[in-house]
Amino acid sequence: MLKTLRQIASVGIASEPAPGPDETLRLREALQARILAVLGRALCVRAVDAGSCNGCELEIHALNNPFYNIEGLGIRFVASPRHADLLLVTGPVSRHMEIALRRTYEATPDPKLVVAIGDCACSGGMFGEGYASRGRISHVIPVDVAVPGCPPDPTRILTGILTALAGRSPSPG
Amino acid sequence: MREWRTRTVSPAEWRGAARDLAESGARLAALWASGGERGMPTVHAAFFTGTGALLLSLPLEDPATPYPGLEELFPCAARMQRAAADLSGVRASDPDTRPWLRHNAWPAAYRPLLDPPLPAAADPPGIEAYEFVRVEGEGVHEIPVGPVHAGIIEPGHFRFSVVGEKVLRLEERLGYVHKGIERRFTELPILEAHRLAARVSGDSAVAFAWAYCQALENLTDVAPPARAAWLRALCLELERVANHLGDLGALGNDAGFAFGLAQFSRLKEWLLRACAEALGERYLMNAIVPGGVRLDLTNAGAQRLHACVTSIAGEVARLRVVYDEHAGVRDRFTGAGTVTPRLAARLGLTGLAGRASGQAFDLRVDWPCAPYTELPVTKIGSRAGDVAARVAVRFDELAESARLIERIIAGIPSGSRLEAVGLPPPGSLGMGAIEGWRGPVLVALEAGPAGTIRRCHPHDPSWQNWPVLEHAIIDNIVPDFPLINKSFNLSYSGHDL
Repeated sequence: MLKTLRQIASVGIASEPAPGPDETLRLREALQARILAVLGRALCVRAVDAGSCNGCELEIHALNNPFYNIEGLGIRFVASPRHADLLLVTGPVSRHMEIALRRTYEATPDPKLVVAIGDCACSGGMFGEGYASRGRISHVIPVDVAVPGCPPDPTRILTGILTALAGRSPSPG
Repeated sequence: MREWRTRTVSPAEWRGAARDLAESGARLAALWASGGERGMPTVHAAFFTGTGALLLSLPLEDPATPYPGLEELFPCAARMQRAAADLSGVRASDPDTRPWLRHNAWPAAYRPLLDPPLPAAADPPGIEAYEFVRVEGEGVHEIPVGPVHAGIIEPGHFRFSVVGEKVLRLEERLGYVHKGIERRFTELPILEAHRLAARVSGDSAVAFAWAYCQALENLTDVAPPARAAWLRALCLELERVANHLGDLGALGNDAGFAFGLAQFSRLKEWLLRACAEALGERYLMNAIVPGGVRLDLTNAGAQRLHACVTSIAGEVARLRVVYDEHAGVRDRFTGAGTVTPRLAARLGLTGLAGRASGQAFDLRVDWPCAPYTELPVTKIGSRAGDVAARVAVRFDELAESARLIERIIAGIPSGSRLEAVGLPPPGSLGMGAIEGWRGPVLVALEAGPAGTIRRCHPHDPSWQNWPVLEHAIIDNIVPDFPLINKSFNLSYSGHDL
């Protein structure tokens, strides 16, 4: 226990400081303000892998590490689409995941946002379309924002989430 | 250069040859089918024989007659044979004829790796029934999980048969992320498809890209310059450290110790940022190219990586004590998901999980390629076979990789980083095998005419290890499944292809 506490104390706070002149930090401030304006509470995100190579999942995991402090920004990942405001979908959509993706989308309450993560989700990427792949996410469900990159880093994923929220009008209260 | 021995056999000799290999302690590395010459399908089985490798090929005169299956000699062959039936239309004698990678995206009679493209279907395919093995008896019920899981994980389906909390049987249903990678390979130029190989399983980008390039270099008789080989090893060890850091954090979290996830994910981010600064990418998806590497290591980059890896190794050593001394963590890790060395040997458990169950095999040690021939690796192992053992192997391997990274940075030879690679002769078959973080990654590459690919089979060690997870969970409780599953951390994409 003592070692645990010593480790916590010696590491200190890994979260990066809030607002500042850095572009990344401005993004964080803007995002938090936008989440509050649009939702008035935390943004609930459900990640769905519709056929990716798992590379984008690594960066979505990284987004959850202490450097990015997303819970501090008001973003939380949830276990069910029924609790989600926004779906983060990686792809391409394999034909075997097509029905599961449609059902996940249908289970997400309106109004819902969809952010496609990674080159494959945006365009089909290296895998393209074929007998087993439907290619980009928008071939299967409506997409609000597509974030390219192979894989896109956590800051770009955050930018994508902000961009999706920017298209939404603030909640009436 | 390492030599693959090859042997072509008849259907009558096939099983006997495999039996001899099994009795001599060889491991089945992969099994797949290719179109072969004259359109005649050929079944291939690759084996690691301790200090070498053998490729056994079985041309099928009559593809309609089932060939003798190897599933009784090498149980992990069963799913590979079912996949070959789905993709190439060749069937083994195994009475389990259920499809494996094919759910419903293409008709049963269609052979995706041989037949011309199907016209695009507009509607999503309907759901096809799959016959799970039913467990019956008083109080037995089933829990279906997936394909969409609750966390940030790849999709797959697990069918648990339980009594109360105790798992009597787990049956996996994979194939959800099958996206036609092997067919896609045949549509790409052979000198460019290493980019697809790096995306077979995103967490093993370096291992797959290296195995692909090694197969291609084997076909064209090219040896990458020494500096390139050392840089490849640097990338491979960095990939191993990054994945072990991620897993050690996630394992702590699954044992209810969120502190572990916060600490290890912080260290992983540190490493990824150092990679981005020193080598240009957080994940080394584009580092390895035919004939060498695309990146280079500057003095400043070397210092940056060295400082980062040294501090990480120090912090990990401290965190290991915290894990070891934490009663709750120890209680969850010890005795959970045990695979005895005997069971591991029988089922062919491989890689990291195999080494935690007494299967002391590591390509870097037992059949090294350059630069590991001059960069000795200490093989890590345990015989306990439980979650705690798989955690301990990760800790030890992480420390060993950190040591290797320091050695590479200190001793990397100067010189060029790229050798020109020409086009391989059509019809030739080259092999690549690399010890990725999860285990041995294999690529079999068959050249077509004019720089095309006739067939490429990438093989992830998850093929061997997924069936063992079904055994590891027996008699454990359902709430321990996430922890046990994570302790193997197998690939879906690398398996489903």
